[in-house]
Amino acid sequence: MEYRSRVPLQAVLLVLLTVFGVNRACSAEAQPDLGTVVAGLATTNFKDKQAAVDRLVQLRSDSARAVLAAMLDGNLYFRREDNKVFIATAGDTTLALTDPVTAKAAGTGNPDDFSKITTNNSLRKILKSALAGFALSDPDARVRLAAVNEMLRSMDGDNAAILRERLKTETDGEVKKALEAGLALADLEDTDPEKRLAAIKQLESSLSPDVYNRLTTLTTRNDDGTYVEPDERVRVAAVKGVSYIDSWRRFYASIETLFFGLSLGSVLVLAAIGLAITFGVMGVINMAHGELMMLGAYTTYVIQQAMPAQIGLSVLIAIPLAFLVSGAVGVLIERGVVRFLYGRPLETLLATFGISLILQQIVRDVFTANNRPVETPAWMAGSWQINEALSITYNRLYVVLFMMLVFGILLVVLNKTSLGLKVRAVAQNRSMAKAMGVRTEWVDALTFGLGSGIAGVAGVALSQLTNVGPNLGQQYIIDSFMVVVFGGVANLWGTLIGGMSLGVVNQVLEPFAGAVLAKIFVLIALILFIQRRPRGLFPQKGRAAEG
Amino acid sequence: MKQTTGKAWLSAIAATVSMICAASAQAADTIKVGVLHSLSGTMAISETTLKDTVLMLIDEQNKKGGVLGKQLEAVVVDPASNWPLFAEKAEQLLVKDKVAVTFGCWTSVSRKSVLPVFEKNNGLLFYPVQYEGEESSKNVFYTGAAPNQQAIPAVDYLMNDIGVKRWVLEGTDYVYPRTTNKILEAYLKSKGVKAEDISTNYTPFGYSDWQRRVADIKKFGSAGKKTAVVSTINGDANVPFYKELGNQKISAEDIPVVAFSVGEEELSGIDTKPLVGHLAAWNYFMSVDAPANKAFIKKWQTFTKNPKRVTNDPMEAHVIGFNMWVKAVEKAKTTDVNKVADAMIGIEVPNLTGGTAKMLPNHHLTKPVLIGEVRADGQFDTVWQTKGLVPGDAWSDFLPGSKDIEADWVTLKCGNYNTQTKKCSGQKYE
Amino acid sequence: MNQSPVSSPLLKIMLADRGTQIFLVLLAVLTIAVPLLHTLPESSALGVSGYTMTLIGKYLTYALLAIAVDLVWGYCGILSLGHAAFFALGGYAMGMYLMRQIGTRGVYGDPILPDFMVFLNWKELPWFWSGFDMFWFAALMVIVVPGLLALIFGWLAFRSRVTGVYLSIITQALTYALMLAFFRNDMGFGGNNGLTDFKDILGVSINAPGTRVTLFIASCLALALGYLACRYITVSRAGRVVQAIRDAEMRTRFLGYRVETYKLWIFAFSAVLAGIAGALYVPQVGIINPSEFQPINSIEVVIWVAVGGRGTLYGAVAGALLVNYAKSYFTAALPEFWLYALGALFITVTLFLPRGVTGVGAKSASKAAPAKAVTA
Repeated sequence: MEYRSRVPLQAVLLVLLTVFGVNRACSAEAQPDLGTVVAGLATTNFKDKQAAVDRLVQLRSDSARAVLAAMLDGNLYFRREDNKVFIATAGDTTLALTDPVTAKAAGTGNPDDFSKITTNNSLRKILKSALAGFALSDPDARVRLAAVNEMLRSMDGDNAAILRERLKTETDGEVKKALEAGLALADLEDTDPEKRLAAIKQLESSLSPDVYNRLTTLTTRNDDGTYVEPDERVRVAAVKGVSYIDSWRRFYASIETLFFGLSLGSVLVLAAIGLAITFGVMGVINMAHGELMMLGAYTTYVIQQAMPAQIGLSVLIAIPLAFLVSGAVGVLIERGVVRFLYGRPLETLLATFGISLILQQIVRDVFTANNRPVETPAWMAGSWQINEALSITYNRLYVVLFMMLVFGILLVVLNKTSLGLKVRAVAQNRSMAKAMGVRTEWVDALTFGLGSGIAGVAGVALSQLTNVGPNLGQQYIIDSFMVVVFGGVANLWGTLIGGMSLGVVNQVLEPFAGAVLAKIFVLIALILFIQRRPRGLFPQKGRAAEG
Repeated sequence: MKQTTGKAWLSAIAATVSMICAASAQAADTIKVGVLHSLSGTMAISETTLKDTVLMLIDEQNKKGGVLGKQLEAVVVDPASNWPLFAEKAEQLLVKDKVAVTFGCWTSVSRKSVLPVFEKNNGLLFYPVQYEGEESSKNVFYTGAAPNQQAIPAVDYLMNDIGVKRWVLEGTDYVYPRTTNKILEAYLKSKGVKAEDISTNYTPFGYSDWQRRVADIKKFGSAGKKTAVVSTINGDANVPFYKELGNQKISAEDIPVVAFSVGEEELSGIDTKPLVGHLAAWNYFMSVDAPANKAFIKKWQTFTKNPKRVTNDPMEAHVIGFNMWVKAVEKAKTTDVNKVADAMIGIEVPNLTGGTAKMLPNHHLTKPVLIGEVRADGQFDTVWQTKGLVPGDAWSDFLPGSKDIEADWVTLKCGNYNTQTKKCSGQKYE
Repeated sequence: MNQSPVSSPLLKIMLADRGTQIFLVLLAVLTIAVPLLHTLPESSALGVSGYTMTLIGKYLTYALLAIAVDLVWGYCGILSLGHAAFFALGGYAMGMYLMRQIGTRGVYGDPILPDFMVFLNWKELPWFWSGFDMFWFAALMVIVVPGLLALIFGWLAFRSRVTGVYLSIITQALTYALMLAFFRNDMGFGGNNGLTDFKDILGVSINAPGTRVTLFIASCLALALGYLACRYITVSRAGRVVQAIRDAEMRTRFLGYRVETYKLWIFAFSAVLAGIAGALYVPQVGIINPSEFQPINSIEVVIWVAVGGRGTLYGAVAGALLVNYAKSYFTAALPEFWLYALGALFITVTLFLPRGVTGVGAKSASKAAPAKAVTA
């Protein structure tokens, strides 16, 4: 371990500091022993804890590392009666104790006798940075890279020195690049203008906000009118760097807006597409559509409760199950209520509105009125960092892909299967289809079930984006109707294009107008559009249009 | 249509008559306690718990023999998250049911809606939720936090202990966030924060498409100064907000978010992973290690028959308010509103975190302020708390319109007294 | 067309309908009896408390709104899912007047600015608030604002022949957009809190018993007049054309009637009625806020009409009273179950009572009579 060799140096420094009367936070002993430092952690005062952690970091021993790691993970406790600190793992009823100094097991304890040594944000940041210092010499290059990045987050003189040291021995290309970039940023503060110039050159192609901030500072003036950066060459280079980053940032910002729009549009399309079937194909205004989405979201929750260890899998399993649950409820609604109301679209509105109230209340009684926690699987969390100016969150990306998948499957079902053929036949001319031997009742039930099932599937996607609660459906029902009407009833492509364009327009307007006004503008535009084209983007042609 | 016969009309008449003759049956041997919390609609999520809390407290009090030798009887109504309906139900409680006291409301608009009803009919309302202040009615006791008991200490903590230099004030577009942010802006500026280091933004209720706003916060926070978000985002909009923060990799260590409307109850409906380390400021946390709190949690979980049921700050406010009311009634030896309201001032009851809550002459409480960090299990680790109790201030000292206004129902007998013009506006004590 | 608008034959036809007769008699009884019974002490068996009277008054404004919806839906086939917007606009016009009457009695004592503007740091009254300190202006606006909006909206919609479901959805978009707009605090309408804490109306305290009686009687009269006006329209020649439009729009157009014009004026008149209903509603409930614009409210109004029986006017009144009374009753008696009850009511009515509860009696009695075509 290379830190072993550093300890004496540190100790010498400490001695020197104490000799010169500089009062440091650490104890005056030449080499504080682990036991006393660790004992300092047994406090509830965060300032004292931080001081103890600082001392612990300076020990740079493996046992210190273990204590720091335990503290970060919330596994460090102290016994209340004597303030003795232990590393402990919590069992069902007891704590399995380990002595942090000797690293030996120290029996078990009753959780009521111990207090956890809690951390807060700043403490965790220090701990992570300190642990990263230990990980710099890890044999795995990925661990080293993560460690370097962690240390760059809290860059100071100490960290820079450690990183510079590491750069000398680092072999892995990627880690080296990260180190160089980070150190170049530190070099911008160097006293030697040549070094600063070299640093700017090195950072030339970086788009990171840190570089941008630093370069911007170099181009500004002090309060007395002098430039922050005395050397003109450096200043010119900095100005160039700033404008370079600016132009790229603008470019990526527009890509980002486009993506935001597409992802919002995808949510709208997912919510509306089931409606496009029940409303567009069957002429039923299903006000309970939102509640069918809600059922899909609750299905996801139930599946996750059933298999808490397999969160990633649970979401995938929830997709077909949500389709079945919502689809089944849809068939029930069709058989029980809607089939008596064909040809009277506005009355289906009233009856299904009643159904939506009942479904909401059922959910409230079964799951309580509170929102239910639906976890996001690890593979959907986080974002895809394309470069330092552009990143795309995975869940939104998956929603876009998922929407395209659902849309594709639906197109195939409606255009390439015999069920789809019958559905279209019934939609176009019910009595003719019946005369040709199509069991229209059966087709009606299945079509309604299909639309409802899609709503359930949309609910699974929504459970990853928003609250799962009894009001989930209400939030989307109006938007869904807008999309279907905008796109043109009975046209899946219209729904797709309608939803996507509403999403993009909304997101493009939002930076200028704010979220609410953007939405109001979209609604007004929609009203005016319908006046121009009363049957939507893709109007239905022929006899069926006069409904 | 000429032949329309009376069958249906009989029922219509019957309905009308029963409406008119809705006689108020009164039982003399009980004291009625109104519970005015939404059990359906958007606010049911938060308010149902408070209804249960009051029912539990009444149940418990009755087991102790009731109040003044009479049993308490809960009158539960559902205003269904509909603000005009709040006023209607409040009037029903006061006029028809003749309740001695009402525990209720959550949103400010519901309180504003019932306020004239309580003042007109001289009722008594205990309002348990943190709110924007700027009010003190003779008929209302505010057992939740005023802005100086939540927002300002939280900002102090971030500024002094975390070293935050740049602020995002993010809120839902309604009165509480608007007022709180106004107060905070004035406060921050008084502490030397420049205008360009404060970014204020409002989004509508139930907002779920946070991608752009979070990206903007990220950009705002990457200007090289420590940045924090002060969130007054309401209820349902929180989950998508924190999810988006997590997905855009904004960790609590980089840009901490301190929320005033996210408590244990809300967290129990959230996947807490993206929230860990973010902050909340309240006057009570379920995790506070105090004997009174442990006993209360146990009672609550037994009452709801759910060993995992959480407690939260507004529940504590109802507990304090209820105990104060019982004490005041026993002191006044009557449930008469004027006498109880007089007796309320100065009453002290233990709060659940080991301190004492005292009712001040401005109808607000003294409270401790706690800052907690969210843990993975949906509870909070207290990372900071005020040294002593903070007295609630009805009228903020940081708003130009209200800094000269005082509320004092003992000496001034006024909830809205202007110290400059020496005049009392609004409702007077008659 | 009759030369004189209220010539006696027409009046005869107007009042010949049994439903209308029962309705007018009941309403007259209500108008007289409730304020009389209100003077009795509350403890007496027949005493009507101020609370109950105001509650009935509120229902009556709902009934007027329901009539407005029935006029366009039941007689003209326009299913408006945005009528609550006109109701709310009328309410806001009245609310703004009531706000201005508060004067210096507001929380901050500002003689001009309402409280919410003071604490949002507004320095002067926005232009659209001027004039609302005068009752006649506010009363005019109660009629002009919803009417004008309906005219513009209707002119755009009917001219380009937006019909059926499309029209329903864009009326919904209209109310939704208005809701979002009124929720914004920057709009100057008090945001989510809306307008509340009213003190005076026409110089008298809004909570005084006399004021409440007056408001109640005003609601009764508005309902009666609104009813008669609608009844007049529907039995007049224009009303027949309107019903023809409902039953066969194309055919009516081919016969040479200007369908758009008829629709437009009916729609605008209906919006004005809704606005008046809103203006009477606000002083009785004491608050107006943007949740009145919620699309769901408009749907509920349609449901009142459906429950009562569309195309009969008195059915709309019966439906509004019945559903709202049920709502009040259930939210007090069985708060957990009222959504079940309400939901079941809607399903039952649409499935088994396509002509609403008032149609039940009529159905058995008028089997021989040709059934009215009541489809959209």
